Amino acid sequence: MSQSTNKDQEIFIAGTGITPAGEHWERSLRELALQAISLARAEAGGMKPEAIYVANMLAPALSRQSQLGALLADFASLHGVEAATIEAAGASGGMALRQAYLALRSGEVSSVLVVGVEKVTERVSAELEAAITTSSDADYESIHGTTQTSLAAMLMRRYLYDHELPADALADFSLLAHANGANNPNAMFRKPIKRETYQRSPMVSDPLNMFDAAPMADGAAALLLVRGDNLPDLGDTPRVRISGSGASTSTIAIHDRPDPLRFAAAAEATQQALVGAGIPLKEIDFFELHDRYSIFAALSLEAAGLAAPGEGWRYAAGSASGEDGYLPLCTLGGSKARGEIGGATGVYQAAEATLQLQGRAGGAQVKDARNGMIQCLGGMAATAVSHILTRVDGR
Amino acid sequence: MTSNPMMMVPNREVGIAGYGAYIPRYRLPATEVARIWKGGSGGTPIREKAVAGLDEDVITMSVEAARNALARAQIDPSLIRAVWVGSESHPYAVKPTSTIVAEAIGATPHTQAADWEFACKAGTEAVQAAIGMVGSGMAQYALAIGMDTAQGRPGDALEYTAGAGGAAYILAPAAEAMVILEGTYSYSTDTPDFWRRADEKYPEHGERFTGEPAYFKHINAAAHELMDSLKVQASDYQYAVFHQPNTKFPQRVAKELGFTNEQIEAGLLVPRIGNVYAGSALVGLTAILDLAHDGDRILLVSYGSGAGSDAMSLRVTPALEARRDSAPTTEQYIARRTEIDYATYARYRGKLNV
Repeated sequence: MSQSTNKDQEIFIAGTGITPAGEHWERSLRELALQAISLARAEAGGMKPEAIYVANMLAPALSRQSQLGALLADFASLHGVEAATIEAAGASGGMALRQAYLALRSGEVSSVLVVGVEKVTERVSAELEAAITTSSDADYESIHGTTQTSLAAMLMRRYLYDHELPADALADFSLLAHANGANNPNAMFRKPIKRETYQRSPMVSDPLNMFDAAPMADGAAALLLVRGDNLPDLGDTPRVRISGSGASTSTIAIHDRPDPLRFAAAAEATQQALVGAGIPLKEIDFFELHDRYSIFAALSLEAAGLAAPGEGWRYAAGSASGEDGYLPLCTLGGSKARGEIGGATGVYQAAEATLQLQGRAGGAQVKDARNGMIQCLGGMAATAVSHILTRVDGR
Repeated sequence: MTSNPMMMVPNREVGIAGYGAYIPRYRLPATEVARIWKGGSGGTPIREKAVAGLDEDVITMSVEAARNALARAQIDPSLIRAVWVGSESHPYAVKPTSTIVAEAIGATPHTQAADWEFACKAGTEAVQAAIGMVGSGMAQYALAIGMDTAQGRPGDALEYTAGAGGAAYILAPAAEAMVILEGTYSYSTDTPDFWRRADEKYPEHGERFTGEPAYFKHINAAAHELMDSLKVQASDYQYAVFHQPNTKFPQRVAKELGFTNEQIEAGLLVPRIGNVYAGSALVGLTAILDLAHDGDRILLVSYGSGAGSDAMSLRVTPALEARRDSAPTTEQYIARRTEIDYATYARYRGKLNV
């Protein structure tokens, strides 16, 4: 968490690779990962990483495949490179990024490839739901038949009740994500939606409707991270560094929390990342939060200190209209429109934030973005990992 | 016809001498399935499906359709050299449907008889085989039937649509045909999108995998290959009919291939009778033949899970309008309608195991 002082020890993103999120019937887990790895390595001038951290939560259950480290090192012709999976459910991507950051900061390695990958279309939806549910507390939550979605619905019910909100209070998060996704060529859904579409959408788990839940998708994203003293020539591409990193955990079961509507791990991870970056919240230019459910978006904003308790639901409308004091959120569609890529989400977020900071976000570009904050959540936000990415001016 | 070696070209020109539809009278509205399984909420993929009665199965229904085809063909049934029934609801696992049908219509004993199986395209593959039989000169007439009383597990998405019905076709040399075959092509791959294991009562499926990599890929490929080799395009056809597991899929694949709603409207029966599986595209074709005119061109593409598509390009002759009134129209069968509730449906279809 100590602030970087020496440029050689700072951690830079030398390459990013993003595959389109969606239903990749014709491509396997390893093929998706290889595509992202190849793109990231190509951007970094073909660099061979010294370590590989794979972010994934579902391959053992859905693809009957573990040991993704060796699998992908082999398939990517990176023979001999140390490699392992980092698993923290939906926070796997952020956690893999953080482990890469820590490894690089330790000085033991000078380059790390982080690749997030999920292949969810291998199985029918009941098997997928069962696999995702393993990130809840098996003995005290899942055994009662709850799913992640039904737990999120309970949080949403509590939120609407406590703050006396209308049934469609969280609609703006979905509208915002879909509007932003329209500008992301890698998004699964690229059409804005209307409020009526949200209001008419079928219930998944009352009061949580289909547009409150992000769709699971196949996908892979990769980052090649290097220490400053190992940074390849990136030409005119602005350099982006990881300026802050934080991670925290909370109780895995939501019933063990004093206030279920407070994402304590998310609050702690955000603070750690900000302290690490040495900047106050107001210097953040955009926030890629983990909108796996619309209620997660509201609670993440409140946890980050961007909205008071009970006020997070208002934030999406302010963000959408670009009002002063509201950050752009989920600028490339977030999980709702890009697609929820499970354990790869944090890697997608980091790659997308890098595009924003490098001015490569096309129609979704946030103007003059300098500091981007990303955060991914595992399960019911039992794990939270936050990072701050910063554009470095000059070469 | 074509120089494409991948096309299946008979030695002599072949056509359809007679066709006949059969659709049972009972209708289960999709809202009934939604009422029982979804608390009445959610969309429905069709309006209603046709349900076979207690005394009906693929054999009795095939006999009905075959008699209609014979009435239109106006031939001596003893001249039929093959009776082939494609279905995924053959009443017996071992013992042919086709021998019973052949006996009932007077085609026995000097006849080949066999049951065909390939999910929803078992009917069109029987037609293609019959084309080969007649086209080679081995037979003057061959009868091919696609008929189903489709299975849908109670509560499964398929239960809305799994319907009953089908059609029979008598293949004959072109000179006797009311519809002439211009070309046919078959496209098959190993694609596990939908299956029913031996001894299982209901099929399983890969949900959305049944769409893009299965239905759409195979129908598009089969249609393109056939149309390219015949050097025709969508606008050259008056009608097109595709396998219809629900309303959206055939509408979308038609659009992708350049067909308009007007071209597919006549053959799109699924909203009113459901997905009749091996009979789906074939019964759609009967509705088109009920109103097509001399010279009209028709494209038919079936789809069977597992997976494959058979494509056929057809052209109507003057004999169609001269002979088609000898049997009930498909619209008459659809209009002959008795609505039932889910409980009656459960009884008729043996959904209750007691």
